[in-house]
Amino acid sequence: MSTDYLILGARLLGEEPADLVLRDGVIASLGADTAHPRDGVELVTVDADGLLALPGLVDLHTHLREPGREDTETVLTGSRAAAAGGFTAVHAMANTTPVADTAGVVEQVHRLGIDAGYVDVRPVGAVSVGLEGTRLAELGAMASSAAGVRVFSDDGHCVDDPVLMRRALEYVKSFDGVIAQHAQEPRLTVGAQMHEGVVSAELGLAGWPAVAEESIIARDILLAEHVGSRLHVCHLSTAGSVDIVRWAKARGIDVTAEVTPHHLLLTDEQARSYDPRYKVNPPLRTAEDVEAVRAGLADGTIDVVATDHAPHAAEDKDCEWPAGAFGMTGLETALPVVQATMVETGRLTWADVARVLSTTPARIGRVSGQGRPVAVGEPANLTLVDPAARRRVEPAAQVTRSRNTPFAGTELPGRVVATFLRGRATVYDGAPVAHEEVNA
Amino acid sequence: MRHLLSTAELTRDEAVRILDTAEAMAATQGRSIKKLPTLRGRTVVNLFFEDSTRTRISFEAAAKRLSADVLNFSAKGSSVSKGESLKDTALTLQAMGIDAVVIRHHDSGAPHRLAHSGWIDVPVLNAGDGTHQHPTQALLDAFTLRRHLSADGETPAPEDTALDGASVVIVGDVLHSRVARSNVSLLHTLGARVTVVAPPTLLPVGIEPWPCEVRYDLDEALAEAVPDAVMMLRVQRERMTSAGGFFPSPHEYHRRYGLDGERLARLPERCVVMHPGPMNRGLEISAEAADSPRSTIVEQVGNGVAVRMAALYLLLAGEEGIA
Repeated sequence: MSTDYLILGARLLGEEPADLVLRDGVIASLGADTAHPRDGVELVTVDADGLLALPGLVDLHTHLREPGREDTETVLTGSRAAAAGGFTAVHAMANTTPVADTAGVVEQVHRLGIDAGYVDVRPVGAVSVGLEGTRLAELGAMASSAAGVRVFSDDGHCVDDPVLMRRALEYVKSFDGVIAQHAQEPRLTVGAQMHEGVVSAELGLAGWPAVAEESIIARDILLAEHVGSRLHVCHLSTAGSVDIVRWAKARGIDVTAEVTPHHLLLTDEQARSYDPRYKVNPPLRTAEDVEAVRAGLADGTIDVVATDHAPHAAEDKDCEWPAGAFGMTGLETALPVVQATMVETGRLTWADVARVLSTTPARIGRVSGQGRPVAVGEPANLTLVDPAARRRVEPAAQVTRSRNTPFAGTELPGRVVATFLRGRATVYDGAPVAHEEVNA
Repeated sequence: MRHLLSTAELTRDEAVRILDTAEAMAATQGRSIKKLPTLRGRTVVNLFFEDSTRTRISFEAAAKRLSADVLNFSAKGSSVSKGESLKDTALTLQAMGIDAVVIRHHDSGAPHRLAHSGWIDVPVLNAGDGTHQHPTQALLDAFTLRRHLSADGETPAPEDTALDGASVVIVGDVLHSRVARSNVSLLHTLGARVTVVAPPTLLPVGIEPWPCEVRYDLDEALAEAVPDAVMMLRVQRERMTSAGGFFPSPHEYHRRYGLDGERLARLPERCVVMHPGPMNRGLEISAEAADSPRSTIVEQVGNGVAVRMAALYLLLAGEEGIA
């Protein structure tokens, strides 16, 4: 039996309360209660007093680890964690085993996403064969496949060869694709462990200088301008990068940029613990950089927040810092961190949050039916959030298969109460709906 | 003191107490029977993930002279070379009922993780981690220097003295040197004035807050600092040869930063020449300087045993008296 939902008194984008009816996968009505029970259809009423209604969140940068590292995450567990975080679509990064550099692999990931049923899983295609940075993968085949890939990235590796980067930028124009660059000059970051600065000097950990990110961003922006292509900058992390992107936008260059929740909140001071839980690439930067990326997100220089959710096995974090893996989980803490750092500081409204976590990432990824306005006739992709809740992050209580959250023990605001994907609840009463029901 | 991980964690009183205790230990080492019963029945593990025969032997001698049982665990040829993690090695040792770990590790921060991750519950003594810290080296350098400031280097230094007013110039590969990091903070804590000198490529970005002067020109630095000690750091030749090398050639390094005969002759009369060893003669130090009467290099090695005895004693026996 299908289900209609009557949501009572949710504040749309944090503004005025309204009642919503979700029926046949779309928002059927908006305003005062207008739901009528239909024959053979269950009508569930949700009391949303005090809750926000946001469009379902869209992540441009997620590592789902399948195929290859199903011990740390699968498309099913990762997309369920995404739903728990309020997402209705995620982009699955290409650095799997095998690499998502063929139509076959992206279709497999796409199919696994449909089977999971929690969010729209949009595979990202590798730019180069095997992420090796030498020759282009079959970008056109991935674009034309059932997965309909539009975002291409060698994430984890930088496309550092300027000729390969130029060709990739040019080539994807024919199918309106975008190159999402992991900006890291490899020679400047050999063996790099953490941000290069005062803290690395003291700790004796090899430095990852800001210039290694900024120089690639600057080069790519000029390349994108030269060939008239679209460029997306992954996980921008430094004050200098914000300045460069701001300059590019003022010049009218078609560049977009993302920042991660962890770069909005944490600094390189965390490395003093030598706990690899805080080891991530690009590394946590200084307090000045944190302020700069917040300002950049507030003024629109940075277009989106993307999680860079990177699950890792316990043994890859319970070790010496240099032996530890780069990356941290983020799907379930993204919205709380944005609330804490941007909304509660008065720098973004909830409507802005919808823009940076839903509308714009959907537009960059060319994801149809996602990131749409909360309006009658639109796909019923929504998340209901209790902004007054405060919770301490408990790794073991998270939905993701991995435990490597840098926020363990931190109290963060906000709680996702329900998430709807085309009118079906994927999260209800604050917990993911069982797979059999989601996939029914 | 629960662990000895970094000289940056030592207060002045703690550091002076270690030096005073080391003098007491050294006094016992002139006897024909050098062994003290203090740590009888205790087991100390030398956990060496990086080859360093001299440091391991020094710790082994120190522990044995305190009557501790010593287990030497070297990563080469052990389960570690078969992929065992530091955590599992630590759990294994803990299960064997050890009382302290002396750890040498190629990764900066490994001793810190060992001490603070809940894997084991015994004192951890850092015998050198990556490019981070080597606290007993800095302590033995301070011990050596303290003796020279008060007397001839062989007479014990008076108790409860520090290094106030002393001027120390540290020269060489500061970027990769745990000896430099340990010494800068300990010497500062003990009241000395520190100048580090290196080519800019061998200084870390972010050195600004360090409690020392930073200079690029050795001759100017020596003239201005009027040092009581010059500490030459080991330079690895291979740092120069690879692409992206840190300096053009060994000859150029020696000309600009080596302690040659001419620079040696210009040093103030009281100034001693120190080196943590092993030396590259002809690169950072000339044979003339290494073998001169000013050189404390061999003394440093001898003092190392007394300082390590003191550190083990304070970590393991605490307030019990010295027999």
